[in-house]
Amino acid sequence: MRIPKLVAALAAAVLFTPAAQAQTEIQFWHSMGGALGEAVNNLAGKFNASQNEYKVVPVFKGTYPVSMTAAIAAFRAGNAPHVLQVFEVGTATMMAAKGAVVPVAKLMADAKEPFEPKAYLPTVAGYYTDLKGNMLSFPFNSSTVMFYINHEAFKKAGLEPKAPKTWKELIAAGEKLKAAGQQCVYTTSWPSWMHIENFSAWHNVPIGTKQNGMGGFDAQFSVNSPLHVRHVAMLGDMSKKGLFTYAGRTNQGDAKFASGECAMASASAGAQATFRKNPKLDWSINFIPYHDDVKGAPQNSIIGGASLWVMGGKKPQEYRGVAKFFAFLSKPDVQMDWHTSTGYVPITLASYELTRKSGFYDRNPGADMPVRQLTNKAPTANSKGLRFGNFVQGREVIEEEMEAVFAGKKDAKTALDDAVKRGNEILAKFQAANR
Amino acid sequence: MEKRVVFRSAWLPYALLAPQIAVTVVFFFWPAAQAVWFSFQLQDAFGLRTEFVGLQNFAALFADERYLQSFGTTALFSVMVAFWGIAISLVLAAMADRVIRGALAYKTLLIWPYAVAPAVAGVLWAFLFAPSIGIVTYFLKRAGVDWNWIIHGDQAMLLVIVASVWKQISYNFLFFLAGLQSIPRSLIEAAAIDGAGPARRFWTIVFPLLSPTTFFLLVVNVVYAFFDTFGVIDATTQGGPAQATQILVYKVYNDGVKAADLGGSSAQSVILMFIVIALTVAQFRFVERKVQY
Repeated sequence: MRIPKLVAALAAAVLFTPAAQAQTEIQFWHSMGGALGEAVNNLAGKFNASQNEYKVVPVFKGTYPVSMTAAIAAFRAGNAPHVLQVFEVGTATMMAAKGAVVPVAKLMADAKEPFEPKAYLPTVAGYYTDLKGNMLSFPFNSSTVMFYINHEAFKKAGLEPKAPKTWKELIAAGEKLKAAGQQCVYTTSWPSWMHIENFSAWHNVPIGTKQNGMGGFDAQFSVNSPLHVRHVAMLGDMSKKGLFTYAGRTNQGDAKFASGECAMASASAGAQATFRKNPKLDWSINFIPYHDDVKGAPQNSIIGGASLWVMGGKKPQEYRGVAKFFAFLSKPDVQMDWHTSTGYVPITLASYELTRKSGFYDRNPGADMPVRQLTNKAPTANSKGLRFGNFVQGREVIEEEMEAVFAGKKDAKTALDDAVKRGNEILAKFQAANR
Repeated sequence: MEKRVVFRSAWLPYALLAPQIAVTVVFFFWPAAQAVWFSFQLQDAFGLRTEFVGLQNFAALFADERYLQSFGTTALFSVMVAFWGIAISLVLAAMADRVIRGALAYKTLLIWPYAVAPAVAGVLWAFLFAPSIGIVTYFLKRAGVDWNWIIHGDQAMLLVIVASVWKQISYNFLFFLAGLQSIPRSLIEAAAIDGAGPARRFWTIVFPLLSPTTFFLLVVNVVYAFFDTFGVIDATTQGGPAQATQILVYKVYNDGVKAADLGGSSAQSVILMFIVIALTVAQFRFVERKVQY
């Protein structure tokens, strides 16, 4: 009696498994927590509902560095996810891992999915494209650094609530704010991203040789140019005079502006969501300041955020599913939804147009500022992005040296010279490891 | 009389030891051996290309002044954490030992922080001293102190020392209290009758009798400062600002996990391993001689 039962159970298992297997599962590891995570689940849900061949399974894996480390460990153990969200500074590391990743351009071509790199915003696509024009990873969530002012604080200091356009104007306004008793005049989130990376693009000066590293891994840093030294020295001076309050290396500046403690701040475009949560805060979003005596400034700002990398060693059927998912993500209406619900910039020109036509920007003044700043001018070799080996460490070095200046321990020239020297050591090591 | 258990079968003792040995081998020896092996290699993050480079990783480390600086930072940090952790808890234990009423409440409150995870302890102190919202910061600012550990390295160091010491006091307190209670009352009473004051009684009788406990705690606290404080640092300063709180174990994590430099990070682990072995041997050979059991 027992054996037939077992056979029946086996038969049932065999009968039912095909139904479950018909859907190819695609593992998608990401770092979008909280409300953003909900938005990712929404996207995947919509894609899964739109067809029944593939099922995208989003998994939240912690912060960017944590999920990247987890994916690398998983790859070494032979069970990497299909799709991995990697922050912009990890781009070179992923790119160098030939065999571990599949370029998006190749993925789309193999799957015969329609794919037009020109449809994407040049500053967004450029960041993730190699010199031959092949898109390597799929731009997912992109933002840029913006400049925010607190209108109430400006009025209290007898200033017109209009954002300073240049650093000179910012300092002039800052002195008045300080005189009026403003505790913290100006702060910044992401110091290297704002004051070195975007600063360089905005003033059309290189951060490194070889087109900011995009032309090859044998690049060198050049963040000790006279303009860089002058800018960091200015910040150090502002710090001494109490016009600039250093908040830390990540987004700590956001909270200082949101609480009204600081009157001006440079922070990610994504910080708008935080600022909107404080209804008492009267603020505006603006272009970041520039030095008006620099020729060609302001140029355009560069992105930050993350892109989706396709990991190697999977089945063709699974890659077709990933390609379908990416094609879905590129649709203008899907993009508009993502852009308006999260605050990240729309990554295709068509979705930007669609959002404009929908009247979203009229209802939310300033919501189009990030895109306008990113597309202020056609990007040059200095302003389409950067790609340095192990820039997680490189950025840390830059931030450490900047901290030394803000604390008054080093002068700007010495600090930036040291940053270049230490940064180049990291680049040389990366190059040696990835020969 | 010596107690000795004799096993009749030849394999039984080994079988009984096997689980413990397996755990030690899998979780201690194997990773340690792997670290040694990796420290001679140059690898990319994904392990796609591996090159044997001999001692190059070690040479690069000792040529890096930041690494050498990290030794100084670690030395300062460990000495401060071990010294203050032991000193404060000894005072507290001596006090608690004399308390007659409500002794249980005192003891419980003092032992409490031990149940707090290092990361939580770090966050707790980071909140108290947070540059813009911390309550202690508020009073410091009113007193005219420019308190901002996000930028001032010495203040950041002070913060992680305070958090680490606070976390460890309970553990030390527990051992000291037990040590104090095992000292025969008659000795202290005899000294008191001979006219020795409380301070003299403490230094000539209690402290020497506590020396085995103190020695044990010294070893434990140094190891604690070297490794377990990782959580405190990761939750607060993350080694910053400008590497002011970058102790050796945090640098291993930073370079290996965050920066994916496995060779360099493994080389640091190997060095760290030797330091701890050397420290422990030194403590047992030199400090232990002066300990009266």
